[in-house]
Amino acid sequence: VENVRLLDRLSSRKVALGTLYLTATHVIFVENGSETRKETWVLHSQISSIEKQATTATGCPLLIRCKNFQVIQLVIPQERDCHDVYISLIRLARPVKYEELYCFSFNPKLDKEEREQGWKLVDLNEEYNRMGIPNNYWQISDVNRDYGVCDSYPTEVYVPKSATAHIIVGSSKFRSRRRFPALSYYCKDNNASICRSSQPLSGFSARCLEDEQMLQAIRKANPGSDFIYVVDTRPKLNAMANRAAGKGYENEDNYSNIKFQFIGIENIHVMRNSLQKMLEVCELKSPSMSDFLWGLENSGWLKHIKAIMDAGIFIAKAVAEEGVSVLVHCSDGWDRTAQVCSVASLLLDPYYRTMKGFMVLIEKDWVSFGHKFNHRYGNLDGDPKEISPVIDQFIECVWQLMEQFPCAFEFNERFLIHIQHHIYSCQFGNFLCNSQKERRELKIQERTYSLWDHLWKNRADYLNPLYRSDHSQTQGTLHPQMAPCNFLYKFWSGMYNRFEKGLHPRQSVTDYLMAVKEETQQLEEELEVLGERLANLQKSQLNGNKFKSRQQDRSKQSGLSTSNSLANTPQEYSNDLKSFPSRSPSQGDEEDSALILTQDNLKSSDPDLSANSDQESGVEDLSCRSSSGGGCLPSEDSGKDSDEAVFL
Amino acid sequence: MLRSSQPLTGPNRKRCREDEMLLGKVLDKGQRGFIIDTRSAQAAKQARMTGGGTEPKSSYPQWRRLHRPLERGRPLQESFIKLVEACNDTSINMDRWLSRLESCRWLSHVKAALSTACLAAQCMDREEASVLVHGAEGTDTTLLVTALAQVILDPSCRTLAGFQGLLEREWIEAGHPFHLRCAHSAYSHARLKQEAPLFLLFLDCVWQLSRQFPFSLEFGEHLLLTLFDNAYASAYGTFLCNNEKERCLCKVKESTHSLWAWLNQPGEKKKYLNPLYSHNALVIWPSVEPQSIQLWQGLFFRWIRSSQYLDEAWAEIQRLVEGN
Repeated sequence: VENVRLLDRLSSRKVALGTLYLTATHVIFVENGSETRKETWVLHSQISSIEKQATTATGCPLLIRCKNFQVIQLVIPQERDCHDVYISLIRLARPVKYEELYCFSFNPKLDKEEREQGWKLVDLNEEYNRMGIPNNYWQISDVNRDYGVCDSYPTEVYVPKSATAHIIVGSSKFRSRRRFPALSYYCKDNNASICRSSQPLSGFSARCLEDEQMLQAIRKANPGSDFIYVVDTRPKLNAMANRAAGKGYENEDNYSNIKFQFIGIENIHVMRNSLQKMLEVCELKSPSMSDFLWGLENSGWLKHIKAIMDAGIFIAKAVAEEGVSVLVHCSDGWDRTAQVCSVASLLLDPYYRTMKGFMVLIEKDWVSFGHKFNHRYGNLDGDPKEISPVIDQFIECVWQLMEQFPCAFEFNERFLIHIQHHIYSCQFGNFLCNSQKERRELKIQERTYSLWDHLWKNRADYLNPLYRSDHSQTQGTLHPQMAPCNFLYKFWSGMYNRFEKGLHPRQSVTDYLMAVKEETQQLEEELEVLGERLANLQKSQLNGNKFKSRQQDRSKQSGLSTSNSLANTPQEYSNDLKSFPSRSPSQGDEEDSALILTQDNLKSSDPDLSANSDQESGVEDLSCRSSSGGGCLPSEDSGKDSDEAVFL
Repeated sequence: MLRSSQPLTGPNRKRCREDEMLLGKVLDKGQRGFIIDTRSAQAAKQARMTGGGTEPKSSYPQWRRLHRPLERGRPLQESFIKLVEACNDTSINMDRWLSRLESCRWLSHVKAALSTACLAAQCMDREEASVLVHGAEGTDTTLLVTALAQVILDPSCRTLAGFQGLLEREWIEAGHPFHLRCAHSAYSHARLKQEAPLFLLFLDCVWQLSRQFPFSLEFGEHLLLTLFDNAYASAYGTFLCNNEKERCLCKVKESTHSLWAWLNQPGEKKKYLNPLYSHNALVIWPSVEPQSIQLWQGLFFRWIRSSQYLDEAWAEIQRLVEGN
């Protein structure tokens, strides 16, 4: 469709005119005219909702909201075209078959072996070995080898030595969705462990010997403690209500030596609504500080993030400081349980704060343990009530920790943002379906590519320059302060306002420091080489040989350009849209070329897509600075009392 | 950019030829100027009843008046006190923290101050027009705007030396009554009538700029905290008294030491420098969206929460830059 306009949300003056294309996998907007031919790409899988708004004089507006929080405002001149686009997008954004997804057509031009190698990058067996398992207390069990016991669990589960197959099977019958207690994390320093399961089918009074034996087995696997914590991550009321449905929670009287604890984290519906409300705040036009803070509080979002974090801290403390094992569950053990176990692991073990370790963590607690990616993130068109930002919340917890502990993580914010992006993009096969069983049935590993491989290949973009493995912050357990620390939870504008360039610091400290680090390293290497040459020169002079001095091969320029290219433009500082009288567009902002370093890096880390990948969009058009609609100022007061101030 | 106090128009709409000539001379023929009045239109009008007022359009034809009300005086001090109370309140739940923060209004004041300074800067840089800034007395919000606008516009004000010069010019010599304004700070129950944290508001705005433009200021947060401390209580005479006249009468220059002299000693100076600094010749335009304005944790939580991890991060940054 031609003559489509793309509006900038923040600055109503910035309008780009171009052509809109729809392909099998993307929506593409190509700007007219400009030498740079700016393109905006959006994957269909990213589209969360499409809104056709009332036709105005300028055309028919279409608002596309994406799962990665990008918001695209288009204006299509003809109503009929707009309708066609709308209908097409609705269908394209709601695939019914897996085969429609991008990952099955995405081709990064790797051969079969490279694809396979990519999938092998993260190996959970290796991970459990790294933890020190199998050992005297823990072993691998193949009881679920054909998914016969629990179809949402992996084929390989780790259980206490004293948990026989009989106990496991018995326990699974007493757990919602058959998700019996299994090992998530083992701390070899003190034998304390984090296990996870779903809620017991205890109702008001039901008991199950094998389930009780299972918990005993977990306790016995830690000789250093005579009890275990059982942590129910639901609010107490919800858990109690479940009893009426024949489910519920562990009764301390029935299970010997457990200490039961509720840590109230709300359910997926509350979280879905919370995110919705927060995004509404983000869409406010020129909000006041008041609007923003009230809106953010009303959404409850940061409160929920803190609840997840607090639960993770509780568990990490139990393991690291008390040396007590913990069994965690929620209702089905695949949402809050995953969040809380992975936060706790991250706090406990510095390995998970490395790039590789983080990928392993997600693979372990989310992918292998059957988090329902398809249902939660809408790979395929499904029940909207199943949609919920569960992993987004976990990723945000990690970011909040990174803000508190800037030296503790090997990876940077961009790593987190790209992972979130790809959970929704379906460009890679890692986050398809709802369980390992489904993924194997679809032969995902033979037909798609692994995100981990892609990220690993581009890891230079994802490093945190402040990370040093020997730094005090990176070693041992992280101890986030629990209270008073409400203020520590910041609004993550890098994620939720990701595509609004005007909002972010225009100069990326991360990229600058990485460049500094790289340059220092190169200079040090050069210094070494020169040192050797000098030594050789001295030696040969001693030997009376002649040496021609060679030109230094300065292949790398040491210019670290920062500020000179980082000009920016003023936003609209007056609430009133009628601003200064128009200036002709030719009075340009040639010197104001906003070079957003992070955005450039986004481009370079997706070489497979076009130069302007779907991750880079909404690049501001700085060549036109026409005034907003009105143009001139309102006419001044004429004859009367000219005491009235003129508001611009 | 000019600054002044309010014209004494009064209820009878007095005129003053000299004042009109002065402002007329500032502008070339056909040029336009902007007057940024830091009071609301209503407040400015009411000021006439007590002898003050605004510049009537007919008498100052080349000047366009803009009203951008900025909080000052008692309400600003209250805002400050409430914020400090909120930060110290260990009983607040995450449920209510943001609304509590909002009710203090401090961040709204930061947003308003930055927006107004940006407006002044925009008038000069984009519209190439002269700007006159005044409130009522010309000693509080006026200085906030003119000083902040210069940090935004002028790269030399962003150097350590230039910033000190800016403070001397726009705050100290310009007659901001430090003695009255920075008396007892937020914990005191005295609630003095003349006390108001305009200078702190300025420092907070500069901190916001340093966060949005981490490479563009030659100094770091440590300098801002030091200035905050010394404005209220100091071993040096720099922030004493209320204006130059008083300082002369008290013989401040003869009997005290200057804060700048101490800060600029080579050993001390490096503590205040920003390791990421790189001269930026351009204007820095901050975002004043609510998401871009953050609570200055380094100041408001200074004694409540350890800054160890952030300090370590800065040390690492220093190390990386120095290693290079």
